[in-house]
Amino acid sequence: MKLAAALTLLVAALFAASLVAGRLPVGPGPALAALWANDGSPLSAVMTQIRLPRALLAAMIGASLGLSGAAMQGYLRNPLAEPGIIGVSASAGLGAVIALQTGLAAAFALALPGLALVGALVATLLILALAGPRGAALTLILGGVAISALASALTSLVLNLSPNPFAASEIIFWMLGSLQDRSFEHFWLALPLMAFGWVMLASTARALDALTLGEDAAEALGIRLNRVRLALVIGTAACVGAGTAVAGAIGFVGLVVPHVLRPFVGGRPSALLWASALGGAALVLAADIAVRLVLPDRDLKLGVLMALVGAPLFLHLIYRTRGALR
Amino acid sequence: MSALNLQNLTVMRDACPVVDSVSLDIGAGECVGLIGPNGAGKTTLMRAALGILPHTGASSLAAMAPKARARACAWLPQAREIAWPVDVETVVRLGRLPHADRPEITQAAVTNALLQMGLQDFAKRTATQLSGGEQARVLIARALAQDAPLLMADEPIAGLDPASQIATMRLFSLLASEGKAVWTAIHDLGLAVRYCTRLIVMHNGAKVADGPPRDVLNPALLAEVFGITAHYKTTDHGPIFQVLDVLE
Repeated sequence: MKLAAALTLLVAALFAASLVAGRLPVGPGPALAALWANDGSPLSAVMTQIRLPRALLAAMIGASLGLSGAAMQGYLRNPLAEPGIIGVSASAGLGAVIALQTGLAAAFALALPGLALVGALVATLLILALAGPRGAALTLILGGVAISALASALTSLVLNLSPNPFAASEIIFWMLGSLQDRSFEHFWLALPLMAFGWVMLASTARALDALTLGEDAAEALGIRLNRVRLALVIGTAACVGAGTAVAGAIGFVGLVVPHVLRPFVGGRPSALLWASALGGAALVLAADIAVRLVLPDRDLKLGVLMALVGAPLFLHLIYRTRGALR
Repeated sequence: MSALNLQNLTVMRDACPVVDSVSLDIGAGECVGLIGPNGAGKTTLMRAALGILPHTGASSLAAMAPKARARACAWLPQAREIAWPVDVETVVRLGRLPHADRPEITQAAVTNALLQMGLQDFAKRTATQLSGGEQARVLIARALAQDAPLLMADEPIAGLDPASQIATMRLFSLLASEGKAVWTAIHDLGLAVRYCTRLIVMHNGAKVADGPPRDVLNPALLAEVFGITAHYKTTDHGPIFQVLDVLE
């Protein structure tokens, strides 16, 4: 419970910090006061319409990625699994890229996240058809890899056929992942899907604990594996699809966070779920503050920073736990 | 009272039956050994009896809903898997998952299971850091914590040291004498003879013998099924079964 309190405090502190981090030369006190007052002043408008949705989305996306990463690792009993493994993030990216390429994204504000969600849905239906009721964990991984590869190839094709360099660079910048200039429209689009995903993933907690003993033993303990797999795929797809739709691809959270927190919850997959949700929220909030502070004038992308920090961190963890992984 | 009843249970792999129309009944108070050479269909029979393999014929366990089945039978698979670095007590506590509605006796059941397997000093150790044999005992304790009328185990004592093998078989036999039913696949015929009340012999997917160890392990069956000769003697120290040679 100490861990829960510490992580909650950390998320709250980073959330507040995210609200006051930015280019306006205003102190934290007046900024938070303007947010609270919501009186239509320019500062209040910045706080309520730009920074608040940004901080909310960072926390939600981080929580979604951490939670689905922990659930995916628990189900596959593999610490190298990450939520993108089922191909949903690559497919959502493809949908977004098509929206940018066709100009739909410029025509309607929500065309991009909308098409991204369509991409995620198609990937979900494909993976469920492949790893159907009697599918094994391995089918899920292999199917996901194939779907990811196909979506990446189609994304490359769109880039390849892109008529002008501006469209291509717009697509590439979008794919780097960012939370800049996201609004409450994005928040309200993502929230119901993510909340649904959180409920689905949380429902797998007991089953994930039982799966510590392998699929046979879990089934004999009364776990319905096909239901667990369904909840896992749909929950992950809702979480990751919605996240990718509003912020682009943000890697490493779902991989690193469960890995870092596992020792603190005694290895229990069910406890790792909530811990990773909080840890993921903290990590993405922190990274999204960092992109505003490190290079304020160069629009450093969240996904880039996350990979830059995440990969060395992951290398360090692997280096430290080499013996235990054997 | 019957703990498990199978009627003409058959499992097909492609066109070939790997379990061929097996019928049997295991009652409370019995400690039944399932013996047979590698590939005879022992594991397949047990998994089909649980209902986790597609089959034809009837099994009283497979007919139950998953939750009811988890209270009727504790299953200890052959693959010894502990996927995460959790402590021993957490592993054993997983056996209580089917009894989530009785949290007040969870701790007592876990402590008792640890005690039965001599693991009381290991409770807080990380399970994945234990030796293979110790992990096997942890997993047996997990199945014991499930406290089901039938304990079904697939080669539970393979790889254990002699004292642990004997202690485990003695425990199974004690559980049976207390009114539970135990059904265990086992390769050590010497221990099977000493601790099982009854042996079921599988050969090429079919049940070829079923009865008290003394009757089942006759020279003809040993030659036909296992291709071995053996010495069998009832002594002051109980029945002694020693394998002698392989038949050419």
